[in-house]
Parts: sequence; structure tokens; C-alpha cells
Amino acid sequence: MIPASFDYVRPSSLDEALETLHDQGEEAKVLAGGQSLLPLLRLRLAYPGTLVDLGRVEELRGVADRGDHVLIGAMTTHYDVVTSPIVREHCPLVALATATVADPAVRHRGTLGGSLAHADPAGDLPAVARALDMEFVARSAGGERVIPAADFFLDYLETALDPGEILTGIRVPKLGPGWGFHYEKFHRTAQAWAIVGVAAAVRRSNGAIEEARVALTNMGATPVRATGVEESVRGAELGANGALRAAASRADEDTEPPADLHARPDYRRHLARVLTHRALLAAAGTG
Amino acid sequence: MPRISVTVDGIRYDEEVEPRLLLVHLLRDRLGKTGTPIGCDTSNCGACTVLLDGRSVKSCSVLAVQADGGDVVTIEGLATGGTWHPMQKAFHEEHALQCGYCTPGMIMAAIDLLHDDPDPSEEAVREGLEGNLCRCTGYCTIVRAVRRGAREMSQEMPREGMATP
Ligand SMILES: Cc1cc2nc3c(=O)[nH]c(=O)nc-3n(C[C@H](O)[C@H](O)[C@H](O)COP(=O)(O)OP(=O)(O)OC[C@H]3O[C@@H](n4cnc5c(N)ncnc54)[C@H](O)[C@@H]3O)c2cc1C
Ligand code: FES
Ligand code: FES
Repeated sequence: MIPASFDYVRPSSLDEALETLHDQGEEAKVLAGGQSLLPLLRLRLAYPGTLVDLGRVEELRGVADRGDHVLIGAMTTHYDVVTSPIVREHCPLVALATATVADPAVRHRGTLGGSLAHADPAGDLPAVARALDMEFVARSAGGERVIPAADFFLDYLETALDPGEILTGIRVPKLGPGWGFHYEKFHRTAQAWAIVGVAAAVRRSNGAIEEARVALTNMGATPVRATGVEESVRGAELGANGALRAAASRADEDTEPPADLHARPDYRRHLARVLTHRALLAAAGTG
Repeated sequence: MPRISVTVDGIRYDEEVEPRLLLVHLLRDRLGKTGTPIGCDTSNCGACTVLLDGRSVKSCSVLAVQADGGDVVTIEGLATGGTWHPMQKAFHEEHALQCGYCTPGMIMAAIDLLHDDPDPSEEAVREGLEGNLCRCTGYCTIVRAVRRGAREMSQEMPREGMATP
């Protein structure tokens, strides 16, 4: 289908973009890679008055090593994230999960910032953001603020960003040595969204798990940390398979998984437990 | 209306476009490049795949204004002087199409894949083409064609950076 009419502005700097957003108010919407927004416009599920295209705002693109964290520009494409040596070295979980997003053509255009700002509960990167405690740098005409991942995702397709705000970058803390990572995604067909996904980071020491971070994709309106699993798995011996399974059986605690044409809530709960077990094994290097 | 300038299959076009015009509609309805089909309304099928500045994109999911200043290659731009591109030849020789609706997108996605992986395994071809759906062939002949095309391309056209000094 053909989208409804809208005005189009293509600023060449962040300041210009912020000014335009400020002037246009709620009628304006930011266009990043367009890989979620254009399908919505084509299906006439969204009617923005003005699109503010960030495609030529070069300062929002790229990956930088900032010592204790990696800063990824919001407009960095999925492709550039997956192929970035800095991301691969210091935050491999981001590269692993991003490589499962959609298909190559979509990854050439879609951006990390767009995926997070879109906040689709079936999106793969919000759960990774929760697992790694990423920080979101947002700018408005009024200034800059930093939003922790735990406060960023408010509801289905809803984030803490104000209408006049642009997500400029994402800080990914470096976890240091000894960590293993895995993203376990369950979907029925190639290029499909996750029915359930599990992002896991595990720190090993002397044959046991010392610390783990686990977050779930599509087990509620927002990505959730599986804190029960994280608690139970602490100290688990890696040889003792039963210990990881027991910890993983808490994966669906405090979740409200949706019902849709792919799965009922009880099936999603089952998936969360099974996939968490697999993700822990793989992240611990024994999967 | 915004004015844009795009190169398509080696020819530069200056066009006035509505912001909502999709790149695929610019190609088909304005420039007559009907070699690029539209197969879905949900950005899933990949039939509309073209190269934009050298990389595959779904032209139904890019606005024409976003392609301003860009270089687009469609299936119609692949043959040179009446000679098919090796990937087109490989699809023909391996019978990698039945109705042919998915073929332009498959070939463009295949060429993009070789950019990162000049000699892809069967697995790599299947992964690399995951954004392109075929309702006829069952994919086996497509995978064979892409691997054959890759071999022929590496013989016919040494890739940039791989040339001997
Ligand atoms: C066929 C297909 C399959 C897909 N499969 C998956 C999948 O398996 N997993 C997955 O995670 N995703 C998937 N996606 C979505 C893909 O990852 C998108 O690229 C992503 O969700 C949106 O990123 P974008 O840059 O294209 O954002 P856009 O579509 O441009 O924008 C999305 C939303 O975010 C807002 N926004 C974007 N950038 C900013 C910013 N910097 N500041 C403030 N607001 C902003 C926009 O206003 C808009 O509301 C799929 C998409 C398609 C078409
Ligand atoms: S027409 Fe189906 S992906 Fe573009
Ligand atoms: S040949 Fe008919 S869809 Fe692929």
C-alpha cells in the first residue's frame, strides 16, 4: 500500500534535527532506518505529520571505545554493529543478538537506536539492553539526559523518550574478563521475530557460575530481567547439569507472556524455561 | 515537492517526488524499471531487493527521498552489452526459477551476499537469502545457482582488493 502523505525534513546536524522536532511538536516523528516505521506507514497504521529523517546526521553513526564502556551511535546500522571489531571484542552479546535480527537487507538499513526506540517486545535488542544494563543517551532542545535500561522500556512500543527527544547513543558497559555470552532465539521461520528469546551473560570461575545476567524477549509488554534465575544460578557447579536446569525453571517467574497466533502464554512460559537453560549452558561454554 | 537526483543502472535521473513515494514505485512507475517487482505489503518477501550504494535493500521499505544522491542497481542494470551477469546465467543454467517472481530479488540478494563472502557454503547461502521468499522452487536450485554464480564471478571478475599487486 501507499503511505498517507506527510512532510519530510532531512536535517544534516543533530541540532537542526532537534530544532525541527521542537518546532513541529507531537506531529513529527523521527525516521531512522525506516525498517519498522515504513512498514507501519505502508499499512497505514501510523499517520505522522512530518518525518524528520536522521539519515544524514553523521554524528549519530559509529562505534567508539570509551574505556569502561562502548558508545554506539543511535544511527549505527545493524550491519555496522555486527561487523564492528569493537563491538565484537567488548560486547559480543550485542553482535550475537543483532545478527539474528531480520535479514541482511533489513540489517543494512535498520539501526540499533531505531530498534530500541521502537521498543517492540518481540525485538531482540531490548532484552540485550536489559541484560547488559545499557544506558540510553537522549537529547532534546533542552539538553541531554541518560536513561538506564531498567527505566527506558515503559510498555508495548512505549519508551521513556519524550516526543521532542532523540536517542543519540547507547552506552554498553564492558563486563570485563571471564564472561561468556549467548542469545537464544526461538522462531518458526527464517527472518521471523522471536516467539521467545533469551539473552544471557555468565561469569565463570573455578568451574562454577559466579554471576549471571539473563533477560527475556517477548515474555511481556517490555523486556524483563529473569532475576529468579540470576539468583538461583549463582554458585552453580558447571558439571552439575541439574543445577542450571533448576535455575532456568524460574525463568517465567513474574512474567506476563502475551497470547498471539504464534503461541499461548503457557507455551511461552515453557519456552522461556527451556531456552534459558540452553542459553546458560551456551554462555557458560558447555552448551 | 522535494527534488531528488538518483543514479539508476548507470543513468542519472532528476525527479520531483512526493515524500511518501517508495523507492520501488519510483523505479517501476516513474522510471519504467518494472524488472523489480512488488511481492508483499509487509517488507517480508524480498522480491523488490535492489542495491543502494552497493548494498541490498528492500526498495519497498526505502523512501525515494532517502535514496537522494544514491546509486541504485536493479536487475535491469546487471547485463552488460547484451551479455548476462554470471549470476543471471547461473540461475538460468541451474533452473533456479519457475514463475520467476522472486528471481530479481534473489539475484540482487545473492550478489550482495558475495560482497562479504565470495565463496559461500550452502549454509551461508541459505542464511544470506533468508530475506527472500520463493513459493515455487523449494530453494535447492537457487542455492546451487548462487554457488555456481559465485564460482563463475570469481573466475571472470577478480574482486577488488584481491588483484595481484
Ligand atoms: C522483515 C522484517 C523482519 C524483522 N525482524 C526483526 C527481528 O527478528 N528482530 C528485531 O529485533 N527486529 C526485527 N525487525 C525490525 C528491525 O530491527 C528494525 O530495523 C528496527 O526495529 C527499527 O529500526 P529502524 O532504524 O529501522 O527504525 P525506524 O523504523 O526508522 O524507527 C522505528 C521507531 O523508532 C523511532 N526512532 C528511531 N530512531 C530514533 C532515535 N534515534 N531517537 C528517537 N526515536 C527514534 C521512530 O520514530 C519510530 O517510531 C524486522 C523488520 C523487518 C522489516
Ligand atoms: S515487496 Fe516484499 S519485501 Fe518489498
Ligand atoms: S520462482 Fe516463483 S516465487 Fe520463486
